[in-house]
Amino acid sequence: MTIQDAPLQHNHPDSVPPALEKTVVKSWKAPIAFGIFSIIAILLFVVFGREGVSGFRLSTDSDFVQIPTIEAPTRATGIVLTVLLVALAAYSAFLVSRNRPVRLWITVVFALLFLVAFLTWAAAGATIPVPGLLVGAVGLSVPLVFGALGGVISERVGVVNVAIEGQLLAGAFVSAVVASVTGQAVLGLISAMAAGVLVSFVLAAFSIKYFVDQVIVGVVLNVLVTGLTSFLYSQVLTKNTDLLNNSATIRLPRLPIPGLSEIPILGPVLFRQTIIVYILYVAVAVVFFALFKTRWGLRLRAVGEHPQAADTVGINVARTRFWNVSLAGAIAGLGGAYFTMGSVGSFNKEMTAGAGFIALAAVIFGRWDPIRATLAALLFGFASNLQSVLSIIGSPVPSEFMLMLPYLVTIFAVAGVVGRVRGPAASGKAYIKS
Amino acid sequence: MSQPTVPPVDSGPPVASSPQKPDASIAEPRWHGVMREIVGGSAMISVLAVVLAMLAGGILIALTDDKVSTAAGYFFARPGDLIKAVWDSVSGAYTSLFQGAVYNFRRPGFIAGIKPLTETLTFATPLIAAGLGVGLAFRVGLFNIGGRGQMLIAAACAGWVSWSFELPYGLHLILAVAAGIIGGALWGGIVGLLKARTGAHEVIVTIMLNFVALYLISFMLKTPGLLQAPGSNNPKTPAALPTAVFPDLLGPQFNLHWGFIFVIAATIYVWYLLNRSNLGFQFRAVGENPNAARVAGISVNKMYIYAMLLSGGLVGLAGVAQVLGTVTTGFSSGIDAGIGFDAITVALLGRSKPWGIFFAGILFGAFKAGGFAMQASEGIPIDIVVVIQSLIVLFIAAPPLVRAVFRLPKPSGVKLRRPRTQTAEATK
Repeated sequence: MTIQDAPLQHNHPDSVPPALEKTVVKSWKAPIAFGIFSIIAILLFVVFGREGVSGFRLSTDSDFVQIPTIEAPTRATGIVLTVLLVALAAYSAFLVSRNRPVRLWITVVFALLFLVAFLTWAAAGATIPVPGLLVGAVGLSVPLVFGALGGVISERVGVVNVAIEGQLLAGAFVSAVVASVTGQAVLGLISAMAAGVLVSFVLAAFSIKYFVDQVIVGVVLNVLVTGLTSFLYSQVLTKNTDLLNNSATIRLPRLPIPGLSEIPILGPVLFRQTIIVYILYVAVAVVFFALFKTRWGLRLRAVGEHPQAADTVGINVARTRFWNVSLAGAIAGLGGAYFTMGSVGSFNKEMTAGAGFIALAAVIFGRWDPIRATLAALLFGFASNLQSVLSIIGSPVPSEFMLMLPYLVTIFAVAGVVGRVRGPAASGKAYIKS
Repeated sequence: MSQPTVPPVDSGPPVASSPQKPDASIAEPRWHGVMREIVGGSAMISVLAVVLAMLAGGILIALTDDKVSTAAGYFFARPGDLIKAVWDSVSGAYTSLFQGAVYNFRRPGFIAGIKPLTETLTFATPLIAAGLGVGLAFRVGLFNIGGRGQMLIAAACAGWVSWSFELPYGLHLILAVAAGIIGGALWGGIVGLLKARTGAHEVIVTIMLNFVALYLISFMLKTPGLLQAPGSNNPKTPAALPTAVFPDLLGPQFNLHWGFIFVIAATIYVWYLLNRSNLGFQFRAVGENPNAARVAGISVNKMYIYAMLLSGGLVGLAGVAQVLGTVTTGFSSGIDAGIGFDAITVALLGRSKPWGIFFAGILFGAFKAGGFAMQASEGIPIDIVVVIQSLIVLFIAAPPLVRAVFRLPKPSGVKLRRPRTQTAEATK
């Protein structure tokens, strides 16, 4: 097993070498989970199905290509989709009984079908604005994705990053002040990264130089940054809002990309965004490529998996950890800038509201993989925005339960319904060179 | 993250060399070694950490003060003004902090003067209880960030008992306290169970359960028939019946209530549990080294479950103290008041030892009580207290840093080499 493949191979029984094939354990987790969700579907969409017509509005008024609103009879659609769900669950059970793995696409299709069925059920007698739902979801996800990328890099190099929340908040605060004072968006973004790096410096210094427990430093840093920004906000910013916290100067304009922004549904969602979101697209791709295809990434992962081995071949463990944790802070800090410059404009006390912890959950849910963590962050953003959209159109589910959903999903994921998650081996441990 | 983060138990969070038994091979006079132990030891570090943090807080207060920045404008013309402005702002802040936390000389009579101290103890009550819970989990190698959720559930359970039944004095209170502790214990126990059965990391599960509890309580608070006060549209509960409220400890002129006695009892219990009981020995063994404990025949998984049950129960006591002692007129979803997170810093400051946590809780209670007074009289936002508290914990977690700042000697010269053998397996 090479270092490069170590964290991934664990989760792919199909990639086990032939000699070990007999040791593959039948995992009934997926069929059981599918079965449970199928039963929920039968109860919710068929037995207690709602009457009426569900509408899905697919385009906004300003779109170049107008798509008519889809209208579906609620109960009939629910029944059809439930039949498909049951069929998929049965297929996965069949696969497992034949010792064949349940592929990822089955899970994805199952989840999507369940989602459509749920939306149809929830939207009985109303119309869901799909572009609005997705635009809001992307908006809520952006800081989560930045935070998750920072978390992935930091944990892959062996430093648990609980301080994502603090990095986001520091980025939000500093970018707002700098952008407001200078009026330069670029300076705001750079200072947000610098703020994230500063938080990372403390995390790195305490955990790498003084060997303090990384989780503890992270938690304390979150408290420190929360206290510091709240103090400065009440003591300094509120006294001079026009100069220091002026939302008109801070907020970035939306930059529609010509051509791409006219694509139906996707255009308004992905390509009518601020510069921060476009940086995000690049960042996800670059982090993924660099982590798995470059020498830098290989060294980073080696330090996180087996620092002693990395040290033996001449990699400076402390220095690698220090600079990569700083890099992680810069990325997370940029995500913090989205709270102020990308959306509302002015800074507010504790405006990140736990986003850093959700990003941390996305890291683990995404199994320390940048792409999967991004998808997990998008899922969390989608779930929270779904809640607000459903509460506008009058949802049958209390909004608190929708808000609870991402957290419950994470608990299920971590508890092993999706698969036992395994982080980088040396993550969270100080490396004391001997 | 798949391995439990195990903060070293006896010396608290820092992994750096701990000043314990002096090595026999040190060739220096005994009194020299004793001096080193005193100035480089952990008690000194704690005191210096507090001093450093207060100093940093003072700088922050001075930097953001209006009069200071005005005086700084003509520093070269009249430097004395700047020094006076700095002194006024910082000493004013810390004087009002002291007067709000310990004794107010400006008030007439002893009763009125000492009231701030009882306020400190009132604020300390839930902090100590929750700190004991978090500290107990630390000793078993578990990190319980779920204080918020456990407190909310405990508050809901205790609150529900406190207004739903009409029972005689005494019995009602005991039942309400028990309900709260059980609620918190079960919410914490879920974490232990998941960790033991599936290996789910407790940090993630506790964070997630905080949010689940928050939304669950918010839902129940706005649903008539669950926690919402009848005839009201606000997300607020009814008031606790007087039979279930903690009686005043020092008479009606003070807010201090019997919850403080419960917390003292809890501290003694945790001390006994950890230091004198069989279960506590197994807890500590698992905390020191789960693999060795397993080899010795201790069921590590069972210990995780028991520890999280007890930890959740103790944090639950903090929630109980809030609803039956501090906020008895009905509460909303903010009843935890951030105590679940403050408890982490309390446990760290107390180095996860019961009496250490007790005094750390009182110190943080003093900061809280004094912070409100400072905000009222000097207009300095109470958030400065949060900054000082977190700085204290940061400094305490890294003794070498504090030693470097004050140029203190290392506790004993030879000890520094020790980590080589001790941590060889950590880097494996």
